[in-house]
Amino acid sequence: MSILVDENTRLVVQGVTGREGQFHTLRNRAYGTTVVAGVTPGKEGQDVEGIPVYNTVRDAVEATDANTAMVFVPPRFATDAIYESLESGVDLVICITEGIPAHDMLGIYTHLKRGNQVLIGPNCPGIISPGKATVGIMPTQVFQPGRVGLVSRSGTLTYQISKELALVGIGQSTVVGIGGDPIVGSSFIDILGRFEDDPDTDLVVMVGEIGGDEEEKAGAFIAENMTTPVIGYIAGFEAPPGKQMGHAGAIITGSSGTAQGKKEALEARNVQVGTHPTEVAEMVKQRIG
Amino acid sequence: MDLFEYQGKQLFARHGLSVPSGEVAETPEQAKSAAEAIGGTVVVKAQVQVGGRGKAGGIKLAKDPAEAGAMAEQILGMDIKGHTVHRVWVEAASDIKKEYYASVTFDRSAKKPLVMLSAMGGMDIEGVARDHPDALARLHVDPFTGFQPHHARWLVYHAKIDEGAQKGVIDALTKSYEAFIALEATLVEINPLIWTADDRVVALDAKVSIDNNALYRHPDLAALQESVTDDPQERMAQERGVTYVKLDGDVGILGNGAGLVMSTLDVVALAGGRPANFLDAGGGSNAEAVVTALEVLLSDDKVKSLLINIFGGITRCDEVATGLLTALDKLGATLPIVVRLDGTNEEEGRAILAESAPSNVVVEATMLSAAKRAVELAKEAA
Repeated sequence: MSILVDENTRLVVQGVTGREGQFHTLRNRAYGTTVVAGVTPGKEGQDVEGIPVYNTVRDAVEATDANTAMVFVPPRFATDAIYESLESGVDLVICITEGIPAHDMLGIYTHLKRGNQVLIGPNCPGIISPGKATVGIMPTQVFQPGRVGLVSRSGTLTYQISKELALVGIGQSTVVGIGGDPIVGSSFIDILGRFEDDPDTDLVVMVGEIGGDEEEKAGAFIAENMTTPVIGYIAGFEAPPGKQMGHAGAIITGSSGTAQGKKEALEARNVQVGTHPTEVAEMVKQRIG
Repeated sequence: MDLFEYQGKQLFARHGLSVPSGEVAETPEQAKSAAEAIGGTVVVKAQVQVGGRGKAGGIKLAKDPAEAGAMAEQILGMDIKGHTVHRVWVEAASDIKKEYYASVTFDRSAKKPLVMLSAMGGMDIEGVARDHPDALARLHVDPFTGFQPHHARWLVYHAKIDEGAQKGVIDALTKSYEAFIALEATLVEINPLIWTADDRVVALDAKVSIDNNALYRHPDLAALQESVTDDPQERMAQERGVTYVKLDGDVGILGNGAGLVMSTLDVVALAGGRPANFLDAGGGSNAEAVVTALEVLLSDDKVKSLLINIFGGITRCDEVATGLLTALDKLGATLPIVVRLDGTNEEEGRAILAESAPSNVVVEATMLSAAKRAVELAKEAA
């Protein structure tokens, strides 16, 4: 098994006729993902190398039974695109677009939590279940099928860690890039819970970075809810401290947010934290190799 | 995008929040005529985006226009924690009965707007939050229902705002929330929000941050954007749209994606080196972006070696290699450059470097070995 995307994924792509949208849609299909439709308003009736294009997501879903949507439209249209996909009834929306206004995400997040649909991203590289399907922009050659789950806030760091795992002969069940924005549809906890329930995931690597408190919350979740071992990595020990405007932010977050704070919070919950990507792969190898 | 106090106050006034009448001045003469126009005693306040300007001597009272000019003379050009004062804000002095604290912010943990209010404003509010948590009333707001009168009442009662000021504080909170939404702010903070001797509630300071991603919907706010750094490389990077932060080491860093660049800094430090900067060339780095980034890095003569760490996803390694060669051709840099290329078109990228790169370019196979090599080379060159 794997989580979120697999051989049952039926993908509709919003922004399929754009340059980047088309390029990555075809790469996803070439990897094995079932791409059933694309959406670009005004271009219904056309096709992208055999993928039929519809005017609206609702029409595309009715015609093709798509269950997953990928959003690949520019930021000023992406909020509408996410709502459109959610309201068309797909189970999963993956938003690659970077630069969605934070106030828009407040609304999307609040809407999302009132239902059962899943949003991954925005500002994320997508998901890959190696050997089965991929949705997004990940360089697929880095990944191989295996039994380690990987969840990360950073795209390129996801590739780096996967490469390090490959070098010690370890593959992945599913790799999920949850996105780097302050508000994303799915948190570490949401994905960790799915890996915990996946019989084919033996260990999870969680790749965090400075800012926010999602790693700290994940630490508590792991201690209370997970039997699957988790190995952590946090980037940003040497990062310049962000200039904080005003005091409200500091009041809310207290000391959390720094790499050191996150590492300590995870270790306090008995989660091993690697100091660099190569060491993370070595730790994984030791635990399950 | 962080705004200066005077910009925040001008926006507050536009959203119906009460602020002292004031004017911005860039010269002592302008400060003098501002004081004349305002009349009476004024306060001359340094406009810098850093806390502690009062203690640093950046806020002065002036009894008359001549004194306002003299104070502005002292404050303009002053260095406050590395920020040069280019402007002062001259405003009518206020007769303060009590100082409160009010803010609307973006709570990324709860993923909701958070409104906070305290009757213990003016002073160290973080200390108040720590030592007297009950004195700081906090309330999350559902973004779909918005800020309702009952929210404001709850906050005012729980923060124990003085009775005579309650109506004014409720109004100030409501308008602050309206401004937070209308401006697509990530922070609206007023410290202090004062209760005056004549029973008005007035914003005596303004800290406003706007979401950069939303600026396309607010051309008036986007126009306020200006560079606040005095560092030549940071200025150059801003002008060219490169994400760059200067650090104090000697190993220059260029990578793609914020997470990988942060990890690169960490690995350089673990290898015993000190990174000179953070530079994220971005997700879709093409040859041109690499040339621009290298121009910024190579203009810093503290940099003794350069580490280029790329993992291509959208970014193509052959583009990076071409960009590097173009930049070296153009800039003629001779310092040691260590390159690690992985991901999309890695073979092509490495082939380009093997074919045409000058002898100061070293290619390493892994991120860890590349970091170690860059640190060694920086030490040799130092």
